[in-house]
Amino acid sequence: MTGDAMRLGPQPGEVIDRAARLRFTWNGKPYSGYAGDTIISALAAAGERVFSRSMKYHRPRGLLTAGFHDPGCMVQVGDEPNVRGAHRLVTDAMVVSSQNTWPSLRFDVKGANRLAGRFLGAGFYYKTFMRPQVLWPAYESVLRRFVNGGSVSADTPHILPEKRHAHPDVLVAGGGPAGMAAAIAAARAGASVLLVEEEHQLGGHLRWGGEADLATLADLAGQVAGEPGIEVLTDSVVLGRYDGNWIAVLERSPAGPMPGAAAERLIKARAKSLVVAPGLIERPYVIEGNDLPGVMLSTAVRRLINLYAVRPGERAVVLTANAEGDAAVADLKRAGVEVARVEDARLGGDVTAVKGRSGVRAVTVADGTTIGCDLLVTAVGWTAPTSLLNMSGNRPVYNPRAARFFPDVAGLPADVLVTGGIAGDGRLEELAGHAAATGAEAARRAAGVARARARAVPTREAGDPPPARDAAAGAVPVPDLPVDPHPELFIGKTHGMVDFSEDVSSKDLEGAVAEGFDSAELAKRFTTATMGPVQGKLETVNTVAVVARATGRSIADTGTTTWRPPYVPVTLGALAGQAHEPVRYSPMQPWHEAHDATPLIAGAWIRPDRYGDAAAEARNVREHVGIIDVTPIGKLDLRGPDVPKLLNLLYVNKWSKLEIGRVRYGVMCADDGVVLDDGVTGRLGEQHYLMSTTSSGAATVWEWVENWLQTEHPDWQVHVTPVTTAYASINVAGPRSRELLERITGGVDLANEAFPYMHVRTGTIAGVADSVLWRIGFTGELSYELHVPASYGLHVWETLLDRGADLGIAAFGVEAQRILRLEKGHFIVGQDTDGLTRAFSAGLDWAIKLDKDDFAGRPELAWQLEAGVAQKLVGLQPVDGTVVPEEASLIMDGSEIAGRITSSRMSPTLGRSICLAQVDAHLAEPGTVVMVRLPGGREIEARVMPQHAHVDPDGGRMRV
Amino acid sequence: MMILLPCAWCGPRDAAEFQHLGEVVPRPDPRTTTALQWRSYLYLRANPCGWTTETWYHRMGCRRFIKVERHTETNEIRAVFPAGAAG
Repeated sequence: MTGDAMRLGPQPGEVIDRAARLRFTWNGKPYSGYAGDTIISALAAAGERVFSRSMKYHRPRGLLTAGFHDPGCMVQVGDEPNVRGAHRLVTDAMVVSSQNTWPSLRFDVKGANRLAGRFLGAGFYYKTFMRPQVLWPAYESVLRRFVNGGSVSADTPHILPEKRHAHPDVLVAGGGPAGMAAAIAAARAGASVLLVEEEHQLGGHLRWGGEADLATLADLAGQVAGEPGIEVLTDSVVLGRYDGNWIAVLERSPAGPMPGAAAERLIKARAKSLVVAPGLIERPYVIEGNDLPGVMLSTAVRRLINLYAVRPGERAVVLTANAEGDAAVADLKRAGVEVARVEDARLGGDVTAVKGRSGVRAVTVADGTTIGCDLLVTAVGWTAPTSLLNMSGNRPVYNPRAARFFPDVAGLPADVLVTGGIAGDGRLEELAGHAAATGAEAARRAAGVARARARAVPTREAGDPPPARDAAAGAVPVPDLPVDPHPELFIGKTHGMVDFSEDVSSKDLEGAVAEGFDSAELAKRFTTATMGPVQGKLETVNTVAVVARATGRSIADTGTTTWRPPYVPVTLGALAGQAHEPVRYSPMQPWHEAHDATPLIAGAWIRPDRYGDAAAEARNVREHVGIIDVTPIGKLDLRGPDVPKLLNLLYVNKWSKLEIGRVRYGVMCADDGVVLDDGVTGRLGEQHYLMSTTSSGAATVWEWVENWLQTEHPDWQVHVTPVTTAYASINVAGPRSRELLERITGGVDLANEAFPYMHVRTGTIAGVADSVLWRIGFTGELSYELHVPASYGLHVWETLLDRGADLGIAAFGVEAQRILRLEKGHFIVGQDTDGLTRAFSAGLDWAIKLDKDDFAGRPELAWQLEAGVAQKLVGLQPVDGTVVPEEASLIMDGSEIAGRITSSRMSPTLGRSICLAQVDAHLAEPGTVVMVRLPGGREIEARVMPQHAHVDPDGGRMRV
Repeated sequence: MMILLPCAWCGPRDAAEFQHLGEVVPRPDPRTTTALQWRSYLYLRANPCGWTTETWYHRMGCRRFIKVERHTETNEIRAVFPAGAAG
């Protein structure tokens, strides 16, 4: 099959490259087109007229607007559904098919819906499929097959779209003559400009105009190209305008390498001023049969003929109310289309109905004559696409004289300006003059914004010059544009389609009003008019006009529905972009990997969970010596005379008398008394402390500390430096740990008397100076926590392993540490406590010092002590020590839930199962036997222990 | 929210750089507070449609806490100062 049945000879403004033939398939059959053709223009050139079936009635649909918003031209391209066929360019070997037309586009069985049309009125789905609700899944599965949504494959390759940030002085939305003129003027006034055009070329309607228009376009394009300050984005669209002119721009075919095909790129632009110049969108006419293939807008036929050199039909009737319709008549004649009748609405002409089944066969005109034809062209008026103005808080005003909405210019924010057809009419020179003045004024205002922002930076020197722009000049005078009269033509003498995407007719809308949905917003939601893929671009004003007529109100009183972002659909991939989630490894990671560590994801960190058998690793710590990489432990370096005040405020216990060389365990609560974090803090010098936090709480505690210092106590002299990753941290634990460290430590007397439990020293480890040693015992063994400068972490780690070989040293992972700490009864914040656990419930009675005047959470803890605790954290052992109740198993008091297991493990040291549990206070007495309900439902007995620790409750092992 | 927030240290920056910590609520004196006062401080917010003073944290920037007087309906900002400043 050739692609040329309806192709015309070369046209002066054509955008196709006749030297570049492209071959593609449509529903499996071969077609051809030229580079520059859209899918639909190539198919139309081959004589195709039906491109899809409508959503509800499966009516055949053809070409209506020949642009992005053409509702009948959504197609499937390869794996990609819902492609705008009248916008997407044909590429070689493209595989295109119609969507959800079964068994074929031509014989669609679901077209039978059309015959039952009177049963499928507005609200049909709501009313019919509401009851019984249990049947909804069945309804849904059938209804889904009737929806025109294309299909996606599970094998679609994963794409990672990029995002870009832009900071233009002026962003111009719309690259027609007005947008181009505004951009040129803004650039000449010194502004950087981002000029965004939805179509594939700049120029707007000039592209399908006559010789004079094309000459103007060439001139403007030359000027745009000559301004280095203008960045042009074609095939790109402004999705939305948000606070402070934060503008989302979607690039549909971004240049440069992108991972994956068909990726869109989101540009987050912070523009100093925005010029809205989208032009006007032509509106369909509502009459019987207005959705038949062969009914086209005047701009559609002009685009087909002039841009793509395609003859839109053989015999046409034209309904015109404006110059665009008149120009279409001339274009049609020039293209060899027989113009059977021109109905001029300005002189009382009208078309009352369109007849045909799979396409236009005849139309009835004002005088009752029925004229045979295959093409009806309408030019009945315009819709102002005011989306970006709505998003700027503007309420467009209806002007009945011009039969369209206009922006409320006086009500626009200072950083949003409008120009072009949306602002008024007039000759091209008048519009260009308005646009140039608007562009220059936009640049002036942008310069003002830039100066204000520069001045708002407190660190800027007073004498810093403002941006070198025309700072002193006053506002650029923007001339008024004339408003041309236009007949109000929305609905004809018969009922027809209002929303082509959703199959909503004027009759449906009248029915909605009759049922009481008598505001435009209500009728919209009830009928779904304006809610389809076209999102109101074609149908909003007609919807408003039908509602206005049915309610007897004026269009101005009825008002429009609200346009919200995004202006056009955007792929979720473009919005999501790429994940930028950092992953943290300790300096010892190469060793962990070389020794087959099982990775554990702990927040941002990847940690070794175990190297082999975690129980064996734990036993080795109890019997010999082990080392664990604890680098993720949060570390804050605190300096200044007021550190003790800070510690007293943030921890529940007392810190005033911590001597140099001592370490203390502390618990932090929030002001609601709930346990926030815990850790040890050591005093390294007169005004120098090192605080540790839980690994997961490192960032939170840092911000918590800063918040208190900056907000409540800005007068306190404390300087906080996060040093979590500045140090590599290693815990050396086990009875042989001192012996091991004595071999590699310099400058520290490790003897028990010289360096006792809960003390801190600084010295040299494995030759590394400025290392910190804490003698603490999370595992319950004699142990030292080493903090060495991060770059020496691996060296120290390997030295420990090397020098400890004869002592039975082995590395242990997080799992072994969890076993050991549970044996010792040390709780983990966030595991054994939760978002409701106040400090007394966590069994911290010994630490809480209510005789301090103030600390975070103090009043709540005082009241908790007064009222008594509702739950308590206790050590718990199943009577049958072979059973390890899963964590979160329930503790039952009869049929009532009375707590839960928070931690449980098999203890390698005791050879029995051990737990920590939160239980209701009346069950917390030592010796109480409680029932634990396992996940399977079986209940077992467990005994409450006198303390949290299951191994060495007196702590003798840590103090040797 | 896409506003520009004038950090007291860095000047106008994208709101996405900040963490919004909500209305400024004075902390009652913990020695004399009643449960009602304390829990109002913990849990109750005025959430006005109009001017409010709130704390923002320039998390992706200078890491300073700032107090911002913002109009919740228009997003207009009339004053910004360090969180520890009186006012």
